[in-house]
Amino acid sequence: MSKDMSENEVRGKGMAAGEQGEFVSITVAGQLFGIPVLQVQDVLGPQRITRIPLAPPEVAGSLNLRGRIVTAIDLRTRLRLPPLPEGRSGMSVVVDHGGELYSVLVDSVGEVLSLGAEMAERNPATLDPVWREVSGGIYRLDKNLLIVLDVARVLDFSARAEAA
Amino acid sequence: MDDLLSEFLTETNESLAVLDLELVKLEQNPNDPALLSNIFRIVHTIKGTCGFLGLPRLEAVAHASENVLGKIRDGELVVTAQAVSLVLKSLDQIKSLMAQLEQNEAEPAGDDGELIQLLNQLAAGGEAAAPAPKPAAPVETPAAPAVAEAPRAAAPAPAAPPVAVAPTAAAPSPAAPTPPVASEAKEPPKEKEVKEAAETKESAVAAQSIRVNVDLLENLMTMVSELVLTRNQLMQILRSQKDSEFGAPLQRLSHVTTELQEGVMKTRMQPIGNAWAKLPRIVRDLSHELRKKIDLQMHGADTELDRQVLEMIKDPLTHMVRNSADHGIEMPADRAAKGKPETGTITLNAYHEGGHIIIEIGDDGRGLDIDKIKQKALATGITSESDLAAMSEQQIQQFIFKAGFSTAAKVTSVSGRGVGMDVVRTNIEKIGGTVEMKSQRGKGSTFVIKIPLTLAIVSALIVECAGERFAIPQISVVELVRASANSETTIEWLNNAPVLRLRDRLLPLVSLQELLKLGKRDEKPSETFIIVAQVGTYAFGIMVDRVFDTEEIVVKPVSPILRDISMFSGNTILGDGSVIMILDPNGIAAATGEITVSESAVRTDSAQARAGAREDVTSLLLFRAGKGAPKAVPLALIARLEEIDLAQIEYSHDKPVVQYRGKLMPLVTIEASASTGTSGRQPVLVFADKDHTMGLMVDEIVDIVEDRLNIEVAVDRPGLIGSAIIAGKATDLIDAGFYLTQAFTDWFGAHSDGEFQSDKGKRVLLVDDSPFFRNLLTPLLSVAGYDVTTVESGDRALSLCEAGADFDVIISDIEMPGMNGFEFATAVKQAGRWQKTPLVALSSHATPRDLDRGRAAGFNDYVAKFDREALLHTLAETLNGERGAA
Repeated sequence: MSKDMSENEVRGKGMAAGEQGEFVSITVAGQLFGIPVLQVQDVLGPQRITRIPLAPPEVAGSLNLRGRIVTAIDLRTRLRLPPLPEGRSGMSVVVDHGGELYSVLVDSVGEVLSLGAEMAERNPATLDPVWREVSGGIYRLDKNLLIVLDVARVLDFSARAEAA
Repeated sequence: MDDLLSEFLTETNESLAVLDLELVKLEQNPNDPALLSNIFRIVHTIKGTCGFLGLPRLEAVAHASENVLGKIRDGELVVTAQAVSLVLKSLDQIKSLMAQLEQNEAEPAGDDGELIQLLNQLAAGGEAAAPAPKPAAPVETPAAPAVAEAPRAAAPAPAAPPVAVAPTAAAPSPAAPTPPVASEAKEPPKEKEVKEAAETKESAVAAQSIRVNVDLLENLMTMVSELVLTRNQLMQILRSQKDSEFGAPLQRLSHVTTELQEGVMKTRMQPIGNAWAKLPRIVRDLSHELRKKIDLQMHGADTELDRQVLEMIKDPLTHMVRNSADHGIEMPADRAAKGKPETGTITLNAYHEGGHIIIEIGDDGRGLDIDKIKQKALATGITSESDLAAMSEQQIQQFIFKAGFSTAAKVTSVSGRGVGMDVVRTNIEKIGGTVEMKSQRGKGSTFVIKIPLTLAIVSALIVECAGERFAIPQISVVELVRASANSETTIEWLNNAPVLRLRDRLLPLVSLQELLKLGKRDEKPSETFIIVAQVGTYAFGIMVDRVFDTEEIVVKPVSPILRDISMFSGNTILGDGSVIMILDPNGIAAATGEITVSESAVRTDSAQARAGAREDVTSLLLFRAGKGAPKAVPLALIARLEEIDLAQIEYSHDKPVVQYRGKLMPLVTIEASASTGTSGRQPVLVFADKDHTMGLMVDEIVDIVEDRLNIEVAVDRPGLIGSAIIAGKATDLIDAGFYLTQAFTDWFGAHSDGEFQSDKGKRVLLVDDSPFFRNLLTPLLSVAGYDVTTVESGDRALSLCEAGADFDVIISDIEMPGMNGFEFATAVKQAGRWQKTPLVALSSHATPRDLDRGRAAGFNDYVAKFDREALLHTLAETLNGERGAA
């Protein structure tokens, strides 16, 4: 209950991108993303992932996180990016959504960034629709831009299907 | 008027209004504890306030009705119309007293002794049944505030018999009244006693159970699973190390872990009665609403099953009980007219059976109305009139499990909305259960639900396909078959559909690789494992590459975003820590082939037949060829099913032949005039015997069924034995012998040529109850040169004997209604002219034991049915033997 509330609050903040927020920074194909820190349960190295036949392409499979089965989502596929080159292994950020755990596969995980409201921007109108769907706003950092990941929308493939 | 009194009047009038409503509700829902405690609380408050205000007459009445309600709440009394009426009457009395109180600001003089006595009698009636008799004053009132308790103690109610307590002292004084000393003196010890009794009762219950959040239990379960996993890993490490000092402690840890796991598992178990709790109320409501008399009987309510399973069957159960009440049970008048008791009975019965819970829901109502189902089936377009005509009652009944099917003439609030039995079935199958139905018109219907005890831990078979591992619940696995190209068991293909010949059945196969779109394997495996699965009554095989081991797995639901993949029932973590998907045989069955009504019904039929009279069931191959009805031929006569390329057909002596296994195989069509095409492929039934093979060209192989053979219509068209209902359809039974002789004029003659030549003209008596066998064997024996007489029973044969008929040999079936073969043989051998006539037994069983029994009864030899060659050989031998002996 309280978890859900905090999640909503955090998401609210992220979406509005108007207040101070803490984000776990991740990188996918050179692009910096941020996941609200309170939603992140775990950061994992490369894992053994069991493929799930017939699952949507975004679902990389499932993995065992200390006795819990976690569904892994490949963020690259979700964002219509090519898969990670052979031989390179990514990392996982485990997030809680509606009481279920999901592991978001990313290229690498960086540090936690505390970002002020003054750095927040709305999604530019020209952003790719698939990206805009999962983006909860942009933060202007000194050197680059950070996209806030809206976890709920990342996990919602049906919206994408309708849009496509 | 005194402020306090007016407030009392207002408040009590409101309460009384509420009470009226609540009591009526209570009569309908006597088992609703919330309702009951609410009523009790209101009456108790009224009583307390009366006492506080010094209104003894009101108080006495309120107290007496409170007694009754208290008994009801404690379960010592049942809610009856009488009880409710009495309590309502006392409320009326209170109202009238109140009205006078309002007018005169004083309680009227008078005596309510009669009413109170009635109430007390009622309460006492319950008391007598209670093990420990105690005064009627109920003590603990959960909702009653302590304030209410105090005045009551100060003004104790008169004990039975309730004498009119000083009605004169009616001054509406807010001060505590002075109660009669006598009753005061009597009261306290009793009350104390009751209080104590109640307290011990309460504390005993409280000490034995506590409420725990389900989430907490689920969490515990997860933690324990994890612990088990870690334990397994540790044990694995331990095995690789010799003489480790960790050995003993780890063993201990392992032991404790197992016990812990079992303990936590137990916390998930709940009595099935929890799922039934609401049913009495529903039935009571329904019987009022529908004006029926229904008695709900529940047996085995303490049968425990997993909480999760319990949740899943709650709704289906409720639905089925509603159905029984609404559709099943007739109106009392109708029941009486049929000679049944006016009160219909719905019986719920739950019990354990071999790792399953069986729940039976039965009613003694009108049963399913076949005609209505037929009409509805036609109206909804599920089936056609011709199909329907061919169906058995059992098959038609199965329609109620189809979506959108309701036979209720009108939609009531109770049922008849057409969402029902299909949902019931789906829900039950979702948890790996089955539901079966038996219904007899006029006698009632019974549903039998079979569900697994728990979903949490199941034994599963771990298999591999295209490099991926999967678990299949052991419960739906019937057997494992290994098929490889160079063994006897091979996978055959009908068009693109793989099938497996499993004993005397064709098993449809499903390729897991294709089904799950697993992609190509690196190399084609040399052998395939087939997991024969059974879903309800539908059996099919799942093709996999490897089979590992069985493992106890903890089933975990799949993530919500994967729920729509019906092939998986969950996922789990194996001992090695890897995640594995659990295949759902129900989902696979549904995805690969509709479990059609007719099919499941046929299987049920055949299953029943198997259980009953195995020997009456014949495996038949159904096919289509030529015009008219589907055709059938006993499977045992067929050597192989082939598909030939029409382009390869050659002609020899103007007759079509095909090269088959290095020989020429003549081809025959069902209708002589039918022309064969020149291209494409056509299925062929191959009959083989010694050096001869013959191919019967058919249009389509339909199915293999096990069915009772009952020739309904005999036909004198060559090539046909007659017509029978097979798989619910009128089917022509072809006379294989006819086609065999078409292909080889000497097919049967081949045997009777040389050695058996001398048997020509011998007289054979064939005793067999099955017209099919009589019709099958007669031409065969005739062709072989025998003079055949057939009778359908031993009695008829014996009367032939008495009539003076003589035979050289008697062939008798063993399994026959009435006089069986053994009895017949004994009768023949005992006396009469046939004493020396050799007897040959014909049976589908030919075990050594049967053989001995047959010999003992007087049979000279024993031949398996359908073994033409053996029969002819045996006949010849027997006759030769006789000759030799003579």
